[in-house]
Formats: sequence, structure tokens, C-alpha cells
Amino acid sequence: MTTEAKLSCEQLWKLYGADPEKFFASHGDRPTQADIASGGYICAVRDVSFDVYPGEIVVVMGLSGSGKSTLVRCLSRLIEPTGGEISFEGQNLLEASRKEMIDIRRHKMGMVFQHFALLPHRTVIDNVAFPLEVQGINRAKRHERAREIIELVGLSGRERYYPRELSGGQQQRVGIARSLAVEPDIWFLDEPFSALDPLIRREMQDEFLRLQSLLKKTIVFITHDFDEAIRLADRIAIMYEGAIVQFGPVEELVLNPATDYVRDFTKEIPKEKFLTVGRVMGPVVADCGTLSIGESDLIGDVAAKVIDYEGVACVRDEHGQAVGSLTRGHVAKILFPEES
Amino acid sequence: MNKVVARRDFGELSSAIKWATWPSICLAAAVVLIVYRDMFPDWFVVPPNLWTEQLPLPYVAFENRMPVAMDWSGTNLADWFNAIIHFLRKHEFFDLFTFRDITRALTQLVVWPLDFAEDLLVSGFRDLGIPGIPWIISVGLAAVLGWYLKGWRLSLLSGACIAYFAVFGLWQLAMTTLSLILVTAPMAIAIGIGLGILASKWRWFERVLWPVLNLMQSLPHFGYLIPIVVFVGLGHKAGAVATILFAIPPMAKLTIVGLRGVSSEVLDAGVMAGCTPRQMLWRVRIPAAQKTLMVGVNQVIMQCLAMVVIASFVGARGLGIDLLFRLQTLQLGRALESGIAIVLMAVTLDRLSQALTEKEPEHKTAGSLWNAHPFLFVAATIIIVGTAIALLVPEAIVLPRDFTITLAPIWDTIIKSVVFGLYDPLSFIREYAPPYLLIPIREFFKELPWIVFLGVFMFTGWRLGGWRMAILVGVFIGFVVLSSWWTEFMVTTYLVFVAVVVCVLWAFPVGIWAAAKDGRTRVVAFLCDTFQTFPSFIYLIPVIMLFQVGTISQILAIVIYAGIPMVRYTYLGLRSVPNEIVEAAITSGCTPRQVLWKVRLPLAFPNIMLGLNQTIMFSLFMVMIAGFIGGNYDLAREIFKAKANNDAGLGILLALCVAFLGLSTDLLIQTWANRRKARLGLATDN
Repeated sequence: MTTEAKLSCEQLWKLYGADPEKFFASHGDRPTQADIASGGYICAVRDVSFDVYPGEIVVVMGLSGSGKSTLVRCLSRLIEPTGGEISFEGQNLLEASRKEMIDIRRHKMGMVFQHFALLPHRTVIDNVAFPLEVQGINRAKRHERAREIIELVGLSGRERYYPRELSGGQQQRVGIARSLAVEPDIWFLDEPFSALDPLIRREMQDEFLRLQSLLKKTIVFITHDFDEAIRLADRIAIMYEGAIVQFGPVEELVLNPATDYVRDFTKEIPKEKFLTVGRVMGPVVADCGTLSIGESDLIGDVAAKVIDYEGVACVRDEHGQAVGSLTRGHVAKILFPEES
Repeated sequence: MNKVVARRDFGELSSAIKWATWPSICLAAAVVLIVYRDMFPDWFVVPPNLWTEQLPLPYVAFENRMPVAMDWSGTNLADWFNAIIHFLRKHEFFDLFTFRDITRALTQLVVWPLDFAEDLLVSGFRDLGIPGIPWIISVGLAAVLGWYLKGWRLSLLSGACIAYFAVFGLWQLAMTTLSLILVTAPMAIAIGIGLGILASKWRWFERVLWPVLNLMQSLPHFGYLIPIVVFVGLGHKAGAVATILFAIPPMAKLTIVGLRGVSSEVLDAGVMAGCTPRQMLWRVRIPAAQKTLMVGVNQVIMQCLAMVVIASFVGARGLGIDLLFRLQTLQLGRALESGIAIVLMAVTLDRLSQALTEKEPEHKTAGSLWNAHPFLFVAATIIIVGTAIALLVPEAIVLPRDFTITLAPIWDTIIKSVVFGLYDPLSFIREYAPPYLLIPIREFFKELPWIVFLGVFMFTGWRLGGWRMAILVGVFIGFVVLSSWWTEFMVTTYLVFVAVVVCVLWAFPVGIWAAAKDGRTRVVAFLCDTFQTFPSFIYLIPVIMLFQVGTISQILAIVIYAGIPMVRYTYLGLRSVPNEIVEAAITSGCTPRQVLWKVRLPLAFPNIMLGLNQTIMFSLFMVMIAGFIGGNYDLAREIFKAKANNDAGLGILLALCVAFLGLSTDLLIQTWANRRKARLGLATDN
């Protein structure tokens, strides 16, 4: 990519234990796993480096205890990393003073929490307006802005409700609205839908994608749910014991897993959910049929059409140019990998 | 394979023997020491005063100003405290002012609002010629407050409460007491929250504050009064200061707990919104801890009310002094009427503050004045109409004596007939309990060698928490050993011991009974709630009626007062056993009796022990209060004497002896219960 990264972190570490900075420095900023264990330290984030580009959704995926929550808190400096660098819009975030950090959070960062973290004594509108209120923006102005966002997340008419009067999904909508109130440049979401019922979760994911199509935020999204990661991510980072074991688009993770751990994770993933027609199509053939499908369509979305169709489907790019062909055989191989 | 199993069995057996070895050795040693105590020298049973008489006293260092001479011998630890007090009284910092000047100046901060509140509620502003709030307005406003906070039931209760004071001729007294509470409670709340905030800010401050609060909470009420006489003086204001000091600890503790309990996600959300540290405190942490803080407010009000009665010993005016006077002159009917007034005030204030705690923020309805603020509107109406009536009918301001009623003669008759009817049935207890039960136990405690007493505490501490806890407990009890008041201390211990045993005997079965069915639990919970709001002093009234003054009355008062937490923890513990486990027991074929004894009681046992702990603490409070009717040669008697002699150092020493006994048992039982809970996989406190 040619554009500059919005947020990037370089060899980020977070150790827990007695005076971790000293321990960290004494091991040349790169303690081995054995060093850490023998020193009695716990490593929550281990040598993590990655970039997030403008408008991109990066999903950090890992099981509980893998350090993903600590990682996102290091990125927002809710937790001070033990070592490494974080740069945000070209600024070294770890060198920002307390005051500068408050300023950055007031104008450039937003965060959504797993258990919503709403203030129970404030109404919906006052929760959403809270980040504006602490900036000292006057009541009329902040309420106007809050109302806009409440409408955006689909909670109009509930401005005067208290959090306890809302369902979990609605409460998280408030959490989302609050995090968007300051029009952040980077948006952190820490397992935002994990505490919700499966049905509501799906609905909220759709809602999230809709919002993102409007807002085009730069996003770091934490989850332990691989299906959620596939649905939402542009790129996925898989975390294991504090380290990122693989970072890339879904396809890459599934087709070229870097370790057995990633392979175990991705084994069960239905390939039609992320493979595009372009990845599996055959060469352009002369007797291309009347059925045309797009190069960037997901196999899962066109499978039924292709199977019902007698001939060979013609694959075209966005300009309508024929770029390949797709047969029932291609589709079957993806849908039924075991039998082929 | 079998060999391995056998070895493991043997290992368990041997470890069990090992576990039991030390206790049995110590028990045997204790028994030997008790049985053969006559063969040892005297100092073996009662620590002699000689040990502390030679202690160098610190007052030599204080500018050659000699303290007042003590005329009784062997109170040297008390002299230490007296020396410190003397220093604080007389030493002029920067040659300008003494510590006592500071305390007396600070007292002024209490006096002004106190005077204002009393003028407003009852005395009136004489300079301006305005009377206090007419009683009809007070009744109306109280009712509106109840209605606003909860509903018509509470409205009725609070209205009736105020009306009772007016109608039964207790207006002056009750309003004085109420004004005392309305001033002291907010002050205690403000100071408590302030301390809590500082503690949550500085870790070191919390580490210092928490043990101090623990100590303050285990000091008997009188422990506060005696130093206050020195630093504030006697009178109404002294009572107010004592009340404030007494009510601070629960508020400070609950503030610390509440602020610490705010979920880390909410804190993160606050930081991410860009809050400055100050905004974090006032806009995130304190509002999020609101529920816990409101529990603290409720406790402060209850503590204030309990102390207001006891503060009458240093001259606080109001219902307390009236009750005290009636009790001392055995006007039981009148005492009962004042007692009911205090109980009514306690229950009403408790329910009002609880309603405040539970009240959820409400939606404001837009619209006319009436719709937006109906309660303000009604309150304004009451004030206007009430003022109009008061201007026309002076009886509406303060009900004149001719209009008030008293049921005292009726009460007296009832009491007489009840006492008459119960006198013979109860004579059994009066006649047989002292010679065959109480006196032998008392003699046993008095002759129990102090080494054994100290040893039992230290050994238990060592088993539960290692040598650190053993030393801590040893220091606590060791302080008492060196206090020169060992025999009196053991008499107090004996009273508490007997009372706690009787408490367990009645309260434990009641708790089990109450836990069996939902309906019973509700009734018993209501009764516990109600009885627990009664200021401790109230319990003396029925006891004196039936048993006159004496040891039995003292023990009985403790038994009633201190049994309540035992009931509560027993049924709460039994009910909190996970339903699944009970169902598993039933499907395994347990009879109801087996479910209780094999499943529910073992699981509830740690909680029941915490109840026992509370019972012991309550007993220690009550044994000091009821000491005033007991007539035993115990610490309570000495503390009353110290107060009469104005010997603040001795008062502090005696109060500390009681507090240290409480702190040690509290430490041991809590440690045990938490360890046991952790082993059972139940949620632990702290």
C-alpha cells in the first residue's frame, strides 16, 4: 500500500510483574519465553508489530487470555506498554504527555466496550454527549450533535431513557454512539458484540457494516469469534499467547496458514464465505454461456445460480469484460472439499 | 495399584493426625494449666500491676509541666494516655494555641448549623420573633417527602411519626434530636466521603486509614464520649461531635469500597472520553459508585441515631436524655413512650433513606408547573396553608400541654400486670441462673490463667494466618494483659461469652426455621430489619421491666440485641446455597433433614460464622451499654467510673481493651470464614 498508515505499532510489549521495565531493559528489549517464565513475569503482549491503514477494518482475533484486550488498551494507552513504539497519524503516541493524551482522546479516538460501560445515572442522550461534555461544549450544541448520532445508530425517540431501560443490543448502540460523538479518526472496538445473543449479534454486525460504509473509519476490532472476524475484517490478526501469529486477509489465513494453530482455527471455515469467483475461476472459454457473474462476488453468493445453470458461467470484471469462466465443478470443489 | 491407594490413604490419615497433633498438645497444656493453677504463683492467673508500674512515663519530656496526679495505683498504661491528653491540652504549639484550642474552635463549625437547625425546627428565631416551623407544616412536609421518595405508605409513616411527637407532648425533645441528626449526619457523610476519596487517591493513606476505621468501629460508644469531654467539653455540642465521629467510619469505608468497585470498563470509558483526573472523579467514579455511597448514607443516619441517645451521657439534649432520666427513675411508662418516639424516628429515617437509595432517576415530564414538579407544588401549598392556619390558631405551632396525650398510665398498668403475671414464671431464672450457672462460669473466667487465654488466641491465629497473625492477635490481647484491668476484662468476657452462647441457642434455630419457607423468610427479614434500626439503648426498656437491674438484665439485653445478626446470617447463608446443589441432593435421595444437615448447613457454615462474628461485636457494644444496669465489676462499670472522675486516659485504655478483644475475634473468625469459603469455592468478601 502506498498510503501512510493511520496507526502503527512496532515491537510492542507488555509484561506484568515486579518492575517490568527494568527486567525488559536488562534483557535487551527482547526477553525470550524462558527468560519471562524464569523471572516470574507474565507476558500479555509479545513483540507485536502491525499497521492499520485509513478506512481499513483490522480485526484482532484470539481466544480469551491471548492478550487481545491488553493490546487494544496499549494502543489507546489505557495501559502503558512495557516497550515498543506506537505511532498515530505520524505522532509518537507513547511520548505524548498526559495532557496531550487527553486531547487526542477528546478529538481523535473512540472506543466501544464489551459490557457497554454506560454511566447508569445518565440518560441515553447524556451518555452519548458525555465525551463532548467533558470538553466543555455547551449543552445545546452537544445535545444537537448527540441527537444526530443517536439517529444514525437507530435509537431516535429513546434519548430520555436510562441504560437500565434498554436491551443489551440497544445499550451497545448507545456505546457505539458515544464513541462516535467526537468523530474519531481511529475507532477501537473491544469485543463489542460478545455479550449479546447470537441473533442480536448478527443484527449488530450488519448495523456496524452499514455505519462503516457511511463513515469509513479506521478501525481496530477485537473479537474471539472467527465468524465475526470473517464477516467484518479487511485484514485479520490472529493472536496467540500475546503474539500475532499471522496477519493478513481472510483468504491468506485459510489458504496459507502460518502455523498449526492458525490451521486448526481456519480448518472449519466454509470457503465459499470468503473466496471470490476471481480466485477459483477457470480461463476464458469460447462457449461461455448466458449466465454472467462478477469477478469479485463471493462463491457462496453465486453458488446456487451456477449449479442451476446448465452451461459454463461467464465471469466478468466491473467493466463487463470477460475475464474467466466458472463451472459447476469449480463450485462443487469449494462447497464439498472433503469429497473432491 | 492397591499399594498406591493404600499409601495415599495412609498419607491422608497421617496428615490428619499431624493436623490434630498441635491442637491436642495445646489443649492438654491448657487443661493442665487450668487444673493445677493453684500450684503456680499468683501472677500466673492475674497479671500483677507491678509489671506496668515501672514503665517510664512520657510526660517527663513535656516542658516540665507535671500532669495531674492519679490517686489510684496501678493504672500506668492509663497514665500514658493521660500524659498524651495532658500534652494536647496544655502544650502550646508555636506558643500560640493548644490542640484543645483547635478542637474547640472546630466545634464552633458544628455549633452554628446546630443552633440554626434547632431554631428552625422548634425554638424559633427569638431575635426576629419568628417561631419554629409549626408542627402541622412539619407533618405535611414529612408526608410529602415520603410520598415523593416511595409512595403513600411511606408518606403515611413519616407523617404519622412527626404527628406522634406533637400529639404525645414530645415535640421539643424530638425536634431537638431530629435537628441534631439533620446536622450531624450530613457532616459525617461529607467527612466520610472526603476521607474515602483521599484513600482512593493515595494508596498509603488507605493503608493507614483502614485499620484506624476498624479500630473506631470496634470502640464501644463510651470510648468516644470520654475524650470528647476533654477536648470539646460537656453539653449538646459535645454530643454532636461524638455523634459525627461515631458515624464517620461506615461512610469512609463504603466510599472506599464503592469507588474501588466501579468496573474497569466504565473507568476506561471515562478515560477514552478524555476526562481529566478531576472529571474522572466527579463525573464518572462518584456517580457510578452512587448505590454504595447511598448505603453508606443510610448507615450514617442509623449510627447517628444510635449515638444520639448515648451522647446524652455527655449532655446532648433531646429524647435520649429524657429516656435516660425515665429509666433511671423507673418511670417505665414514660420511658416506653420516649422509646417508641426514638424507634419511630429510627424506622422512619431508615425507610426514607432506603427509599432514597433505591430511587431510580426519573423522567422529567415537561408541561405545566404542576406536571413538572408536583411535589414541590404540594409542599409549597402546605407551607402557605399551614402558615395561614398557624397565624390564626396558635395551637398549630406547638401543641400546648393540655392538648397532648400520654398513654403512660395505661402503659404502666399493662407493664405492671405483665410483670406481675410473668414474675412467678420467671422467678425460676432469677433464682437458679445466678448460683448454678452464672456465678460458676464467672469464677471460671476470673480464674482462667491469662497465659491460657493469650495462648488460645495466639495459637488460633498461628493456625489460621501464620506467625504474623499470631503476633498481631498477641499484641492485642497482650495490651489487655498489661492494662492492669485483667479481672474486670475477664468479667466482661464472661458476660459476652454467656450472652453469645444464649444468642446462638435461640438465633440459630430461628434462622434455620426462617430459611425453610419463603413466607417465613420474608417475615423474619422484616423483623430483623426493623429491630436492627432500634438504637441499642431501647433494648434496655423491656429487660428492666421484667428483670429489674442486674446481671440477668444485662445479659438478656445483649442476647436480644446481638442475636439479630445471627438470625440474619443463618437464613441468608442457608438461602444462598446454590439451588442446583440442593436439587442434586434431593435427587440423590436425601430426606429434608439430610438436605439440611449434610448439604445446606455445611455450605452455609462460613456465612453463619460471619453471623457469629457480628453477634460477638454487637455483644461487645451492648455489654458496655447495658453495664449501666448490670452492677458487675466489669469494664463497663470502670468506664462509667472513669467518666464520672473525668479520667480520659483510663477511659481510652478501657475502651481499647474492649476494642482489642473485638478486633482479635473479628480477625480470627473472618480469616477462617474467608478461607473456608475459598475452599468451598464460594465467593469471598473483600
